[in-house]
Amino acid sequence: MLTGRPEPAIVVNALGRRFGARWVLRGVSLEVRGGEVVGLLGPNGSGKSTVLRIVATLLKPSAGTASVNGLDVKRDSSGVRGQVGYLAHTPGLYDDLTARENLLFAADMLGLPRSSADGILERVGLGHVAGDRVRGFSAGMQRRLAFARLTLRNPKVLLLDEPYANLDADGVELMNSMITDVVRGGGAALVALHELAPAKAVLHHNLRLADGRIETPAASRAGHAPTARNSEVG
Amino acid sequence: MAWREDWRRVRAIARKDLTTELRGKAGFNAVVSLGVTILVLLGLALGPDAEALRNAAVGAVWLATLFSAVLAFNRSFQVELESGALESLLQYPGPRWTIYAGKLLGNLIFVTLMVVIVVAVGVVLFGVRIPDTWPTLIGILALGIAGLVVLGTFYASMASRSRAREVLLPLLLFPMLVPLLLAAATASKALLGADLMHEASAWIRLLVAYDLVFLIATFLVFEHVIEA
Repeated sequence: MLTGRPEPAIVVNALGRRFGARWVLRGVSLEVRGGEVVGLLGPNGSGKSTVLRIVATLLKPSAGTASVNGLDVKRDSSGVRGQVGYLAHTPGLYDDLTARENLLFAADMLGLPRSSADGILERVGLGHVAGDRVRGFSAGMQRRLAFARLTLRNPKVLLLDEPYANLDADGVELMNSMITDVVRGGGAALVALHELAPAKAVLHHNLRLADGRIETPAASRAGHAPTARNSEVG
Repeated sequence: MAWREDWRRVRAIARKDLTTELRGKAGFNAVVSLGVTILVLLGLALGPDAEALRNAAVGAVWLATLFSAVLAFNRSFQVELESGALESLLQYPGPRWTIYAGKLLGNLIFVTLMVVIVVAVGVVLFGVRIPDTWPTLIGILALGIAGLVVLGTFYASMASRSRAREVLLPLLLFPMLVPLLLAAATASKALLGADLMHEASAWIRLLVAYDLVFLIATFLVFEHVIEA
């Protein structure tokens, strides 16, 4: 590339999503390059989670396109799912399985050897409860386990929806170290946030969404402005 | 090889579903209790006439199976909806038909376990004499269960996206199951009698065709149903 900047890992172009007659996302475009962590800030209902869910192939866009490392989320959804690690609001764990069984299930679904789950629980501070059912876990412990499952995927792109919710100071540090690991390896991260504070140490840019549109690309720590704009949809 | 990975996913989902259902206990116990309760109530409604009970046995067992199975189908997707596990499941790479196949396999084992108990209770309660053609009778039962589970799992996945899923599932499922129940009940009844008209084989062919058509059709459309 002439600019010497890394290739975009996430490209969102004029993205729109409608639920019934209401457009919750209205022509948002943005790029996240390899090695970058971009924060999506905004109030409830601003469309942050919708952007992440479309890029994670969990929702189909009503307008526009999105791609991950050149793979279109609509045409090559399975390929995209192999590259992204998505952490939702809710942990998405099975309450009647133990922490270890939840990880083994993820290993089976990812086609990884079951031994790949070894040591991950210790890394997120849950080694002592590996054989306990998730039903008895606190919200913070569930978050850590969801996060351990994400690590198992070895994702190239992280899509994190309020990742710091219910985490204590150690948990925040752990989350930031994982984001840093992925980004140092050339990966990228798009992080939806209510508050900037816990993510400040890892964010390169942040964008503010309001009412389904990019409000203003905020200040950058990376020496260049984030690529983001709005288009007309609907 | 891709098919090995797909098969591993299918097994993982089935194993996970069975573990959570059997570990939860309330799930399996509730489903079996409902089936047995329906049989007992139908037995009481029919009265002490042994001949009337024997004649009604097949219909009673299929009705008990149907209502209990609907409860099981609803539960199989309820587990995914609790704490947003469905989204995590949809996030794994690989073809999404493996999710359907895994759910199908889990439900098939679960409903078969339930049917074994319901049939045993039905045989005792309704005084059914086991005929010499019992292997064919088991075959009919297996074909009936397969068709029930294929459609039940598919419609449960469809209804899982709706807030009124408990009501929606029977409304969608029951009309579609009429040919299956008719074929399974008539073929079973023919075999429990003398089957002088040799009518069982025609109904069995219908069951096979029904199962194949819906198995293929549901695999083809599942991905579109489960996506938001």
